[in-house]
Amino acid sequence: MTHEFAIVWAHRDRLFAGLANTVGLVVLSSAIALLLGAVLASALMSQSRAVQRPTQWLVDGMRCVPFLLLAYIVYYGLPELGIRFDNWTAGLCALAIYNAAYIGEILRGGWASLPSGYIDAAHATGFHGATLYRRIILPPVILAVGPVLGNQMIQIIKDSAFLMIIAVPELTHAASSIQSTYYVPFAAFIAAVALYWALCRVVELSVAWLERRAQPRR
Amino acid sequence: MTFYNLLSLLQGAAITVALSLIGIVIGVPLGLGLGLALVRWAKVPVLSRAIAAYVSVLRATPMVTLALLIFFALPNVGIPIDPIPAAILTLTLNTAAFNCEIWRAALNDFPKAQIEAAAASGMSPSLAFRRIVFPQLWRTSLPALVNEVTLLIKASPAIAVLGVVDITRAAVRIGAQTYEPVPPFLVATVLYFIVVFVLVRIQRTIEPALVRKYGVA
Repeated sequence: MTHEFAIVWAHRDRLFAGLANTVGLVVLSSAIALLLGAVLASALMSQSRAVQRPTQWLVDGMRCVPFLLLAYIVYYGLPELGIRFDNWTAGLCALAIYNAAYIGEILRGGWASLPSGYIDAAHATGFHGATLYRRIILPPVILAVGPVLGNQMIQIIKDSAFLMIIAVPELTHAASSIQSTYYVPFAAFIAAVALYWALCRVVELSVAWLERRAQPRR
Repeated sequence: MTFYNLLSLLQGAAITVALSLIGIVIGVPLGLGLGLALVRWAKVPVLSRAIAAYVSVLRATPMVTLALLIFFALPNVGIPIDPIPAAILTLTLNTAAFNCEIWRAALNDFPKAQIEAAAASGMSPSLAFRRIVFPQLWRTSLPALVNEVTLLIKASPAIAVLGVVDITRAAVRIGAQTYEPVPPFLVATVLYFIVVFVLVRIQRTIEPALVRKYGVA
């Protein structure tokens, strides 16, 4: 057994390269999903039914579908529409689009629980449109749903493992390739599991730290 | 996409639903047991730590990674395993960890006064659990449990990497045969959507019915 782990340790650069790809994918896609989610949330809270209804269908529909299927559709479907990506970018797009729906719904929930007088006061002070959203609504909403966003980020980390199936060189793909070259399945995948766990702990601890920092601002 | 292709996708759907159900049927009581153990034995050093570590690691492990670990590593340590049992084991281990968290949270929120009242009326702890705690516990946990089932189904395409012909694997096969991967994946997506949507609908019908029957959940 120690021999197996020694082999994995000898090829740790491959594992770390996979980890770097996973982190890159997760960070980038979280940032894009947060931006898209903010747009979706404002559409979900829109007064106009013509905007609100279709967005609600889109968001609810996306949340009923497994991530891998969306990844397959982006990976195989976009080239048919004439948009060509490499696997990495296709994976990034799929992660961002899929999680934007979840984040949109999370932000909508936070927005809906804002006291109504708060937004009225902003209206009275002359805030409206995009500035109202960006300066008045989003900051307290993001503070309030911070831990839920952290959980979603952990979900993104776990979803990113599916991308090995479309040959994105992320962490599980790296572990899988080490195991298939040297036949060290236990050590290779345990190492991957440990790294995923560490990554999730980092997210959890950062969210807790941000929560503490944000406390005086409430 | 022929009629035959559609049939094989539906067969895949049956596999996805059946394996997820088996995972749930084993995982829910297992999670309840672990959750109970964690709350009751919070002061037993080794065991409660071990359960907490299991939950923490399993909740952070992607389903694909877990499936590959089980399928390739078990034979390596002398336990041969076929794709279907490996898939069931993957789904069960994963959902047991999430279930443990759900039950543990519900147990922690359970009003202490009721347990003390039960003890004062002479009920043994196990009788109090059966008659007082559990009947309320499952109602408060139900929304979280249904949510966990939908999460499990959405993560279940991971078992396709083991060669289990679920919805996803069936779609991959059809795509490879016809050289047109997009239509089978779209149909597969619709199938997953239906399964999850039906579950969410059932929950939305059951919840008000429970509130009507037992009062506030």
